[in-house]
Amino acid sequence: MAMQELGSTRVEEKLYQNRYLVDAGRPHISITPHDVPSAVLLSLTKLCPAGCYSTNAKGQVEVIPDGCLECGTCRVLGEPSGEINWGYPRGGYGVLFKFG
Amino acid sequence: MPTEKFDAIVVGAGPSGNACAYTLASRGLKVLQIERGEYAGSKNVQGAIMYANMLEKIIPDFRDDAPLERHIIEQRMWYMDDTSYTGMHYRSDDFNEERPNRYTIIRAQFDKWFSRKVREAGALVILETTVTDLCFSGGKVIGVKTDRAGGTVLADVVVMAEGVNGLLGSRAGLREAPKPETVALAVKEMHFLPAEVIEARFNVKGDEGVVIEAAGTITKGMAGTAFIYTNKESISLGIGCLVSEFAKTGMTPYGLLEAFKRHPAVAPLIAGSEVKEYAAHLIPEGGYKAVPQLFGDGWLIVGDAGQFVNAVHREGSNLAMTTGRLAAETIFQIKSRREPMTAENLSLYQKMIESSFIMKDLKKYKRLPNFLHSAGEHLFGTYPQLISKAAQTYLRVDGKDKKSKERDIVRSFVKTRGVLGLASDAWKLARSWR
Repeated sequence: MAMQELGSTRVEEKLYQNRYLVDAGRPHISITPHDVPSAVLLSLTKLCPAGCYSTNAKGQVEVIPDGCLECGTCRVLGEPSGEINWGYPRGGYGVLFKFG
Repeated sequence: MPTEKFDAIVVGAGPSGNACAYTLASRGLKVLQIERGEYAGSKNVQGAIMYANMLEKIIPDFRDDAPLERHIIEQRMWYMDDTSYTGMHYRSDDFNEERPNRYTIIRAQFDKWFSRKVREAGALVILETTVTDLCFSGGKVIGVKTDRAGGTVLADVVVMAEGVNGLLGSRAGLREAPKPETVALAVKEMHFLPAEVIEARFNVKGDEGVVIEAAGTITKGMAGTAFIYTNKESISLGIGCLVSEFAKTGMTPYGLLEAFKRHPAVAPLIAGSEVKEYAAHLIPEGGYKAVPQLFGDGWLIVGDAGQFVNAVHREGSNLAMTTGRLAAETIFQIKSRREPMTAENLSLYQKMIESSFIMKDLKKYKRLPNFLHSAGEHLFGTYPQLISKAAQTYLRVDGKDKKSKERDIVRSFVKTRGVLGLASDAWKLARSWR
């Protein structure tokens, strides 16, 4: 657990270097409501390169895509089963790479 | 959104979309290009190496004003275990030529430059606009819908240059969405250092540059690679593995990146740098077998959306630019004959790609993705360790005779992988290379 916290702290520091225009109140990724998360959803808490996925107190997986890098990894894994609903942010919003 | 009808709509402003829109517009076609980013390049990520030959075919004098970082004079291939690398380096002064063949670039800057060229060629480029759907009429694509007011625009043909994670084609059922086994997730950082520090550390001067491609235990047995590219005043550093492998192991991409940066051969190269960006992107790795249907009534697919990446040779943006250009040439030829953009007419694009280096190269390595899936843990775990141990056995002078050392090395390979395992790996590797 300590390692995991260390990992997530580090990714937040990384995201801090980036430029974003967050579309407040209009997240472009959502998770289909569930009681017990699937293996895929749980794996996203590790796999998401921006650390957008986490488990809440009830053990459900949540997503806060403010720091999303729009890579599509969670879409590739979670869209086929219908667990992840993935769209692009509205035009102009989201991550804005300075270097890319 | 514009209400008039266009000859062509290009979705996306990466290398394939820009190559396509530029070629169409400079031949006098009425082109609309739509990009969801704030500027072209703001959603795009690449290492990045740009191959001049493919851009020369589109903009011959690009060197006059394109933002290029360093021309590459040295290539290093590192096969790494946790404390070592075994390498093959190639450096030549011949690469200091008038028109160098390979450059490092920074994509956000390069794409912005290319987009300016597209506008100068006469295309209408609309930014900050997301294309949400294709418009169909009787099975034929007739335009696109966007997230802007009055968001529908019509055209004779729509070119999907929407990238590896494009939604349009897959949502409309024109191509499959990428699968965990056919895409790699790569993470990348930009490390800034003064130019003279980079030049001293990499043994180059002026605009000379070095690229390092690395594989081995750095990906913890997962099929993947890492890279270190020198820009003028920054170093691009990244690592990536197949999404399916990440899913299997549950490793974090940023954990892998941090471990790579701490490797004793890597840490001194980036020591004291200032990191200014962290990015992630998918890379098509499915090769020949993953290339989807590329054309239909009123539509074409170019670039990463068509899985056009040669994973072995780290080529992608050159395939993107070439497919973009060939799509434009196809459209131009059909338009010149005043014929409709039917699937039959647009199939010319497929023929052009098949007779070009693109499909020939992808076909050459068509077995490689399967090989990486089956032998991954050995290629990225067992072998780099064995090779490192062999090199140490051979290089240490400790009173043991050379013949015994050689016997020990052979035994270590046989013991770890077995005679059949070694033979099978060698056979599969040779086959996947043909």
